[in-house]
Amino acid sequence: MYLARITVTLRPSILDPKGKAAGEALHQLGYADIRSVRIGKHIELRLDVSDESEAHALADEACRKLLANEVMEDFTIHLERI
Amino acid sequence: MARFSVLVFPGSNCDHDAYHAVRHVMGHEGRFVWHKDTDLGNPDVVIVPGGFSYGDYLRCGAIARFSPVMREVKAFADRGGLVIGICNGFQILLESHLLPGVMLHNAHLKFACKDVYLRTESTASPYTSALRKGQVLRIPIAHGEGNYHCDADTRKRLQDEDRILFRYCGADGSLDDAHNPNGSLDHIAGICNEGRNVLGMMPHPERAMEKTVGSTDGRFIFESMLRHAVAAAG
Repeated sequence: MYLARITVTLRPSILDPKGKAAGEALHQLGYADIRSVRIGKHIELRLDVSDESEAHALADEACRKLLANEVMEDFTIHLERI
Repeated sequence: MARFSVLVFPGSNCDHDAYHAVRHVMGHEGRFVWHKDTDLGNPDVVIVPGGFSYGDYLRCGAIARFSPVMREVKAFADRGGLVIGICNGFQILLESHLLPGVMLHNAHLKFACKDVYLRTESTASPYTSALRKGQVLRIPIAHGEGNYHCDADTRKRLQDEDRILFRYCGADGSLDDAHNPNGSLDHIAGICNEGRNVLGMMPHPERAMEKTVGSTDGRFIFESMLRHAVAAAG
């Protein structure tokens, strides 16, 4: 079994209104050194496969097909054997 | 009599508005098609209605895309059938790749629920043939994610191929940021596919069909579809 930890983030060129709002709130709280905030999604998949490359291929396919929209989002996959 | 099939996903909430517009206002045939069904009922037009399909989980329209009925809708569209996606329906058509681009959160972060003005940018489509180029319509919007975005190549193609059918504008048809309710790229409110038989638009023409609700401008879009359906049948 593998645990895939997937992070989906808006591409750098894409406006992130939620991140912007959170950033403005942090500035209001006095955190002047926080330059920007980008908000993404954290997704965990438990994969019933024994091979790491197979696990990566499966998670990658799930991301491309459903979990991320590549027009506006990037994703990264971290695998852990469980 | 033209036949309209209105899709129903868990979380659709404009399906009855669309049905009412078709059946009771326009006097044509309408039926609901549940998202798990695979029989569209031989329609002239498929309406993908607004709402919050699957609670907008993951991304608006992302899960509805994989509903069994959407395979049939894609096949219907590929045969040249008319498919109109309104609001969440537009988002579903984008996620289904029946139309290009994505919807981002409204730039100002607020849910926008109000009447807006739309400028008719092209009359060369089954959805705008009853309109004049430049004609301004008053139609309501109600969305949180209607900020249309696409890459530079797609933007150029949409423009060059005359596929932007509606833009947000002022009452006099002027284009400026003050009348762009969500930050959409190039003020885009509605686009069609390459074959011009699939339309996605964020504003709700089905909610602008009767004087009692403030505007009848939505009828132009339904009348255009009916013209096309009659011509196709004849």
